[in-house]
Amino acid sequence: MADHTSNLNSNPFSTPTLRLKLGLAEMLKGGVIMDVMNVEQARIAEEAGAVSVMALERVPAMIRAEGGVARMANPKLIKEIMAAVTIPVMAKARIGHFAEAQVLQHLGVDFIDESEVLTPADEQHHIDKHAFTTPFVCGAKNLGEALRRIAEGAAMIRTKGEPGTGDVVHAVTHMRTIVREIKALTVLGEEELYAAAKNLQAPYELVRMVAKAGKLPVPNFSAGGIATPADAALMMQLGAETVFVGSGIFMKERATPLDVENDPAERAEAVSRARAIVIAATHYNDPKLVAEASEQVLGSMKGLAAAAIEEAQLMQTRGW
Amino acid sequence: MNPHHAASPKIGVLALQGAFQAHAAVLSMLGAIPVEVRLPDDLDGLDGLILPGGESTTMLRFLELHGFLDRLRDFVHTHPTFGTCAGAILLAHAVQNPPQPSLDAIDITVERNAYGRQLDSCIQTAATTLPGGPLEMVFIRAPRILQVGPAVTVLATRDDHPVLVRQGDVLAATFHPELSSDQRIHRLFLQMVQAHQAAAVRPATGSPASAPRASA
Repeated sequence: MADHTSNLNSNPFSTPTLRLKLGLAEMLKGGVIMDVMNVEQARIAEEAGAVSVMALERVPAMIRAEGGVARMANPKLIKEIMAAVTIPVMAKARIGHFAEAQVLQHLGVDFIDESEVLTPADEQHHIDKHAFTTPFVCGAKNLGEALRRIAEGAAMIRTKGEPGTGDVVHAVTHMRTIVREIKALTVLGEEELYAAAKNLQAPYELVRMVAKAGKLPVPNFSAGGIATPADAALMMQLGAETVFVGSGIFMKERATPLDVENDPAERAEAVSRARAIVIAATHYNDPKLVAEASEQVLGSMKGLAAAAIEEAQLMQTRGW
Repeated sequence: MNPHHAASPKIGVLALQGAFQAHAAVLSMLGAIPVEVRLPDDLDGLDGLILPGGESTTMLRFLELHGFLDRLRDFVHTHPTFGTCAGAILLAHAVQNPPQPSLDAIDITVERNAYGRQLDSCIQTAATTLPGGPLEMVFIRAPRILQVGPAVTVLATRDDHPVLVRQGDVLAATFHPELSSDQRIHRLFLQMVQAHQAAAVRPATGSPASAPRASA
């Protein structure tokens, strides 16, 4: 069984701050983290059994459709959502935008997502996450990228996938890549790890740690295009320890959210999707329960095939 | 684990969500057999149960399905059970901030998220009633035990509030012993399981707080 904390007592991950960051990540395992854009959505997410909500002004599907510069959400919205629910609240900062992260830490959010969904603020440097008390989650497409983020202080890694599409294909690619690259390290000899670190463009100490443990030194979650209960079950079976669901719950058409505040039918649709995906994330190995959960879902996000997106419009290529 | 008992105890870990893997890892290290519990029938044949940390609201959503809450209530009132953080909230007599259903297995009143958010999470080392010196306690968005009933023994405190309590076969902690290398609390729980098993083979010596109800 994987345990990301008790095996870290004799290494750099044993500092109190990092242990507390990893501790909260541990508490989020086996659950669903839902993107929410207002208080009502946050309440629906909590009521459906989300382990955490991500407060943002526009979900990735809307950012993709509407364009423009996507930034940290307005602190007023984040505070309203923090006040409305008892579960941990996350919020996104732009890649490299440490001042946004400082604001989010000041607000007291429980986790900061340094996210490629927002428009990057720095083309070379990610945020020095060791400088913060608030834990960070970062996206990765492969093991080298995951380890670079961990070296910078990320306490949780998630696959990037292709956000806002409802197409799970890239989340699968990224998870399979990370898992395959971890497996490959475990069969290397000690003397081969130096070159492996060079090829992965990641710190040798972290590469060695992964080679010995056969897993990342922080929890490995999945995000990007997960839209259905079966998508959640798929990612969990591929090795994700929790799933983020962005546009898959509260979106109707590509750029139009369900009106959960005024339309009871649309509200019921969002509730049904949220509940079903929570059940699937826990019972991911039980097709009967995933089938029952899927059956209860009213409608679904229309989605956008990731293969139809022009290279320049991909969000996953942001960050390095 | 115990030379007097050939079979290792089978300890369930509620695996709906949360830190169940960390608990299972400690149980394995101590020679017990961890069993992930996701459905009511998974409780069959277990010698004890751990309710881990995580989000109690999430766990309750699952317990409301498939008659799980009633089965779990029967189990925790008749078998050794250990709850940490969210697990302690589930075991409590009453819950505040906000009020929510609980199993009423130990006579404590618990306030959720009482110390604040993640920025208020902390690691403290303090003296307790357990032998072996000061104990490291990892608090993550921790609840606070506001009241304890007369049958409850307080084993450790933080700022005069109980953080580790026991009533008969039920043990509850508002911190996370599964995130520390100190295994004394899991050892204590496994001793409680052993004592319960020994009492079961010698009838009429049930521990004081496990109500003499038929086992589920």
